[in-house]
Order: sequence, then C-alpha cells, then structure tokens
Amino acid sequence: MNQPLVQVEQLSIGYTTRQGAVRPVLRDVSLTLERGTTLGLVGESGCGKSTLSMSLLAHLRSGSRVFGGQVQVNGTNVFALDRTALEQLRGRQVGFVPQNASQALTPTMRIGAQATESLTLHRGLDTAAAHQRVTELFQRMRLPQPEALLQRYPHELSGGQQQRVVIAMALARQPDLLVLDEPTTGLDVTTQAHVLHLLQTITHEYGMTMLYVSHDLEVVAQVSDLVAVMYAGEVVEMAPVDRLFSQPCHPYTLGLLASLPRITQTTLPRPIPGHPPAPHEARAACAFAPRCAFATQQCQNEVPALSTVEQSPGRMHQVRCHHWQHVIQYEATIPHNGRSAPREPVDTLHDRTHALLTLQDVAVTYARPRLLDRLRQRPQPPATVERVSLAVQRGETLALVGESGSGKTTLLRAVAGLKSPSAGNITFGDLDLTIPVDRRSREIRRVIQIIFQNPDASLNPRQTVGQILQQPLRLYFDRDPAQYQEHIRLLLEQVRLAPHYERRFPSQLSGGEKQRVAIARAFAANPELVLCDEVTSALDVSVQSAVLEVLTDLQNRQGVTYLFITHNLAVVRAIADRVAVLYHGRLCEVGAVAQLAAAPWHPYTETLLGAVLAPEPGAPPRLLARDVPDPAPPARGCPFQRRCPRHLGPICNEDPPPWHTTDSGQRILCHIAPHDLEQRQTAEASLAFARD
Amino acid sequence: MAAIPTTDGHHAAPNVLVTIWQNLRCSPSGSIGLLIVAAHLILAVISPWIVPHDPTAFDSQAILQAPSATYLFGTDHLGRDVFSRTLMGGQIALMVTMISIVISVAWGGLLGILLGLMGGWLDEAIMRLVDAIRAIPEMLFLLLIAGIVGTENGILILALGFLYGVEVIRIARSATLSVVAQDFVLAARARGESRRTIVLRELLPNVFDVLLVEGALRWSYMLLVFSALSFLGFGVTPPTPDWGVMIAQNRTTFGIAPWATFFPSCD
Repeated sequence: MNQPLVQVEQLSIGYTTRQGAVRPVLRDVSLTLERGTTLGLVGESGCGKSTLSMSLLAHLRSGSRVFGGQVQVNGTNVFALDRTALEQLRGRQVGFVPQNASQALTPTMRIGAQATESLTLHRGLDTAAAHQRVTELFQRMRLPQPEALLQRYPHELSGGQQQRVVIAMALARQPDLLVLDEPTTGLDVTTQAHVLHLLQTITHEYGMTMLYVSHDLEVVAQVSDLVAVMYAGEVVEMAPVDRLFSQPCHPYTLGLLASLPRITQTTLPRPIPGHPPAPHEARAACAFAPRCAFATQQCQNEVPALSTVEQSPGRMHQVRCHHWQHVIQYEATIPHNGRSAPREPVDTLHDRTHALLTLQDVAVTYARPRLLDRLRQRPQPPATVERVSLAVQRGETLALVGESGSGKTTLLRAVAGLKSPSAGNITFGDLDLTIPVDRRSREIRRVIQIIFQNPDASLNPRQTVGQILQQPLRLYFDRDPAQYQEHIRLLLEQVRLAPHYERRFPSQLSGGEKQRVAIARAFAANPELVLCDEVTSALDVSVQSAVLEVLTDLQNRQGVTYLFITHNLAVVRAIADRVAVLYHGRLCEVGAVAQLAAAPWHPYTETLLGAVLAPEPGAPPRLLARDVPDPAPPARGCPFQRRCPRHLGPICNEDPPPWHTTDSGQRILCHIAPHDLEQRQTAEASLAFARD
Repeated sequence: MAAIPTTDGHHAAPNVLVTIWQNLRCSPSGSIGLLIVAAHLILAVISPWIVPHDPTAFDSQAILQAPSATYLFGTDHLGRDVFSRTLMGGQIALMVTMISIVISVAWGGLLGILLGLMGGWLDEAIMRLVDAIRAIPEMLFLLLIAGIVGTENGILILALGFLYGVEVIRIARSATLSVVAQDFVLAARARGESRRTIVLRELLPNVFDVLLVEGALRWSYMLLVFSALSFLGFGVTPPTPDWGVMIAQNRTTFGIAPWATFFPSCD
C-alpha cells in the first residue's frame, strides 16, 4: 500500500447566498497525507481550518456544498459515499476529536458506556474486551482511577480529564486517521504538555496518521511532521515542520511566527495588521496582499501560483506567494520594541510607600458554612484564596500567574469589590477596598476598572459601540451628553479604531476589535488601576500582540497600573514588571519578571516554566513525571506538596513553609532556602524531571 | 498601526420596515399569521362604520334566517344580524385583553428581571408565591374575582393583568438568568451602575424579544379565556355584542340556526 492515506484534490467548499452569490470558504486546496505522519494545520480563526478538517469526515456545515475537487481517504472519494458507507468511514477509518470535550460527551451517559459504545458497534468487540481496551487507554492517558472513571458522568470530571477521555475514546478505535480540532486549546499549560506528549507516543505506537488543527504554532511545532498554513480558505504554505519554522517563505507565516510571544523575549511581539477577509469581502488577487509588507502591484492583479521551494521527496516545501524569494531571506524573529522606553525596575522590597494597591493576608471563600456544620464545629473546607499579601506599585504591571482554579480571578474580583474577602485587608492608597462595590464611593469605582477575558460576553450585544462607551462617561463624569461624541471618538482613537465604529454593534466586530472596545470602555473612566483578566487568551496570536501593544501604549501615556492575570508565561515576560505565582489560591513566589529567566524558582514556577511550549520543533517541554491532578489544597503543610518535584518529606506535609527573600528582592514560599533551590535547579541531572 | 481599514465602510442602519418586509418574505406562515391578526384588529376598530345592520337591533320579521345576501351570516333568535354582531363582537374582548396583556408583560417582566438579577432569599420566596398562585385554576380565580368584586371591564382588566403577569414573571426571570451570568452585566456591576440602570439598559433589551413572544402567545390564550368568561356571563353584559356572549345565547338554537353559533366561534 504505497498510496497515501489522504488525498485532497483541488477541493473547493462554500455556500450560495439567497441572492445567488457564490461564497467560497475553501478554495482549491490540495493536500497529501502519507500514512503514519502528522500534518499540522495552522491559521487565524476563520481561515477554513475546521471546514477542511471536517471534510475528511465528509461533513459539511449545513448550507455548504462542495463546488469542486474531492477528498480521498484510503482511495475512496468520501463525498460519494452513501449513508452506510459513511458510517463505516467515520466509525472505523477516521476518528475525530473536537475542541470542546464537554460538549462532545453525552451528559446523561456514564463515561464507560459512551467510550465502549463505538468499540462494540464498529470494532465488533464484546463488552468485556471493550472495557479492557478503554481502561488501558485511560491509564495511559494518566486519568486517575480508570476503573472508577467508567462509572462516572461527564460533569464529574474536570475539563482536562474530559478532553483526555474524548481523545482516548477516539484512539481506542484505532482509526487509520485521527482528525483533531484544537484538542488542547482550553487546557492548562501543564495539562496541555502532558496530553500532547501522550498523543505523540500513542499515535506513533499505533502508526496512526493525524491531522492536527490548531491556531497555536507552539503546539503544532511539537506534534507535526508537516505543517500547512491556511489563509482565507487557501493553503498558502506547506513544508516539513523544521523548515517552516526556520525558513518561512510566505509573509503570512513570517507574520504568525513574529507575532508569537516567546519566553526568551522581553519585548512585545509584532502583530499582523488587519484581519483575515470574511468570505463575502472583495479581495485582491492574493488574499493576503492588504496585510502584507511585501505586496506589490503584481499581488493585486495576479493570483499567485503554488511555487515549489524544495522538491526532494518527503521534504516538499510549497508556497503561494509571488515574492517568496525575498521573504525567505528575512529574519523571522526580529525583536520588536513595543514599549517606548524600558521602564525602571520598581523597588519591590516591602516598599509600601509607593504602593497603590496593598493586599494583606487576604482570604476569599465561596463555601458558606451551614448552620448545622457550625453547631457541630466541623472543620470548614480550605478557602479558595488564602493568606495573600501583595503590594502593587503605582505605574507597574503585576502579573498574576497560575493554572485554572488557582484563584486568580477570585482575587481580582475581591479587588473589584464583586466578591468580598472573608479575611484580611485590601487598601487602595489609604482607602479601604474590602467593602463591596455598591458601597464604594463613585471616585473609587472610577479609578479601578476591569477588563474581562471574553470580549464576546463582556459587551452588551444590544448596544452599539458608542452606547457602550457612553456608560462610564455618564456614570462618572457629569458631562453634557453633547460632548460624548468627541470623547468617544478620542477613546476609539486611543485603541486604534476608526470613528465610524461608534455605530457598530459588537456582533459586527472581530474578536480583537471587541477587546479593544472593552479596553476603551475601561479607559473611558480615566482609571488608575486596571484589572486585566486573561484579556488576550480568547484572541488569535496575530491579534493578541496588537491588544497588548494598545495596553502598554496606554500605560506609557497615562501611567496606569495593571494587575494582569494570565496563564501564559511568555506574555508575562513581554509586558509585566513583576510576577506573582498563585497555586490553589496561595502565593508561592513574588518577584521581578527578569527573575523568571534563571533559578531559583519556587518548584511550582519551575513546573510551569518547564511545561511552556517553545515555538521550535525539537524542543520538547520538560514535564513533571509524577504530575497528578490536585483538586483541592491540602489542609496542612505546603500547598504544593502533592505535585512538588522537590518534595523534601514529612516537613512539607506537616509544616507551613516560610517565606524566603533573596538579595534581589524575590520572595519564595518554600522549605528549601533559595540558594539551595538554585543549586538543585541548575544541577544537570534532575531526577524529578524525566520524560517517560 | 493605523485603524483597520474596512471594506464595507460605514454601516448603514438597516431600515426597520425593510427588515420586517424581508423577514416576512422568508416566512409564509408568519405572513399569514400577521395578516389574520392585522385583519382582526383593523375590523375591530373600523367595524362601527362598516356594519351593514345595527348589531343590537331586533327584527321580529327576520328571526333565525339562514345566511343570505342581506344577512351574510344569517340572524339569531331575536332577529339580530350575526354578521354585524360578529364584526363588532371582538371589540371589547380585544380591547380588554390588549390592555391586560400590556399590564401583565410590564409588571411581570420587570419583576421577573429584577428577581433574576437579585437572586437570594427574596427571589426564592417570591417564586414560591408565584408557584402557589399558579396552582389555583385560573378560571376559578377569575370567577372568584368577578363574583366578589364585580364584572366591570376595569376589574377584569386588572384581574387578567395580574394573573397573567404572574406567568410572565417566570419567563422573564429564566430569560434573565441566562443573561445575568454574562460578563457585561458583571462589568456593569463592577462599574457601580445602579440596579435600575442594569435592569433597564443592560438586561431589558436582551430579554425583550422573549417578553414580546410571551406577550403574543398569552394574548391569544387570554382572548379565549375572556370569551369563556363572557360565555359564562361574567365578561361582557348582553346585549352588547361579544363572541362569548353570542355563543352562549345561540347554543340553544344550534339545531335550527347553527350559523348563529358557528360564525362567532370562528373568531
């Protein structure tokens, strides 16, 4: 069988509008996928990645149809199959892992029942054999207690566990081809690194072929043999993974690579201006021309053909650009200075004199003690956030880092007055912030503003951009409504949006534009402290850096202070001055961002840094060998005791660790002294870190 | 980086009438429904000027006449023209129910949104009260009110408005709960907006279409209930023409003159 497993030939998919106009979503896509290889499919959202991946399962979105070309899997044209043959194809030959596992699992069925169903149905296994196969895979996927898991319902699992269950279900059938649509996008860095690693080993073992769809270049660099870059429904570049990352030939690939924040860089990455065209928009001959720095008149007039850069078998490198010879000479990772001037490091050593925001032993709990429990004097569950003491200096950016569930957002809401702390003090200058927002004065409300993670949800869909921006103006400034117009135009300009956006509804904006409106709304209040809750994690990388640029620009001009929540350490490196690491609502480490570059770290910081994926093929993350999910903080001892790679023994489980302060002002909560930590962490042979 | 150029330039605000027309063109059943409702409303308003006969005038010469060119729908046992009475018969019913539905959607909607926003024990207590009121059969409740307080239109409007408002509370509250969880409401709270502003500016526009549908559905049902009340003698007082009253009066002669019951029943 020398025939490639998948052959996509000049596939065009699209829809016809009611007026009869043709809107292509995929245009002339050709791909070949050899057995046992992994193809990574990258591009911004709306570039047709999902449409292409679903076409391998012969699935079309309702209303879409195939305009031309075909998809062959194992030599058969999948769009010509009848219902039973299609069922066979999807049941046996092609497996699919969707992005959102929580929606892919039937909520009313036990995990065991849904996982074994396809095995008994399509693979002809009896129930016992199916059970065994599934349990085995669950074990390999590092799911805790696989046997017990089979009896649980989907809602009893965490998001990461659900995702691993879905992947295991797809693997269990041992399909020839596995299509994965952003399977790790919603996961924590540590979980993501683990899942990717397992996926690689298992598919390699089974000799499976994968199509891996992701907007994340770091992820694609880790898993793929071959990468295809998609733009506006076309494959613009296709190359072996190492070639694509070292010698990109398409300006779009170059732009994507340049827009990635890297843990090794302390500056802001360079965004790609503009956004990909929607299917209905008129476009130049080369769809990327309006955003391209290399574009000439030729790009407006002539559709670029697919040129071959390298032809040796297995190393095929193709690009759809008129000017690839120029592009290839260009250095992809030229640092781009987003900050107007490097800011002076703020002295952090318990300096409360300049502190704008001070948190003293703050605890927040969601558990409400029941009357009965209180009478019986039962111990209360550990609080979500506990003993957090922090001082944020005026004008600095403090990043709050941690996995999901680490209490970052809870802490932010306590500062915003949306959730009252159960203990401790929060002060702003010398004003008390422990009171809820509705009892704060108008002035305090004005100077503290919040920007949310998901711009789709944080803007009222029934208000125009102008109306949205009016709210804070009306609320905080007793101004004549006639002056709003001018002010709103100014605000839009600050976030680099044209004045006519004022009349648009949020549904008419792209994700990055929506987030900029949310930023403009926060800055309409003329705030001093802005709380940013994962403001870029819902955005494409190409847009992410543009939003970060707007934020740093505003800081340079207005001197605001940011409390910046993120799980992305590369972003922290690019924009923050100081970083505070939270694990299960307990602070582990506080220090200047530069200190992330070298040991000592708190063992948790070390774990997080190890799991960061580098956008380079052949640079695998360092994983913690015995990394187990830790649902709740322990009642005694060090909060990180269960996952710690530097665990000392009983002392960690029994005694609360002390704070150590290094000479450079870094604070670490650990039983191991900083210089000791440094020695262990710089030592080459680290036994705790090993890839299995 | 300059502002992002947009290919479509300025977004013209779409004309509301144009949008309605386009939507109707895509939905034949919607157009038919709208046509029927519009016809009823228009006829109810203009009926006093277009009825061929006085709807309350007796004519002993023409009792229980079958439909003919003079009497399109025939006549009843007192010789009144059924066509004219049917045209006029909707006036009071439509007016009473329309006012009641506006009242019920207004107070039920606002209270429902407020409860959805506040939550807590007050929400819990009021919702249990709502459940208790809903457990009373509505006809029984209305007859009780009509029996104790009276059968004037004003009283019926208030009774219907109250009873159906209770139903609207539930709908508005559940629609609000899905909106309240979104970040833009949290953003408004973090900004320090008053509860009134959050209800009117942030929540109401997002719940409005649900309320509109609820109102339209309830209206048709309320019309039936009001006619039933009239049928039982608690709604419109004879001889004022009303569909419910007409059916009640003519059912005894159904064997001889089915038209006198049939036509008002059709509406």
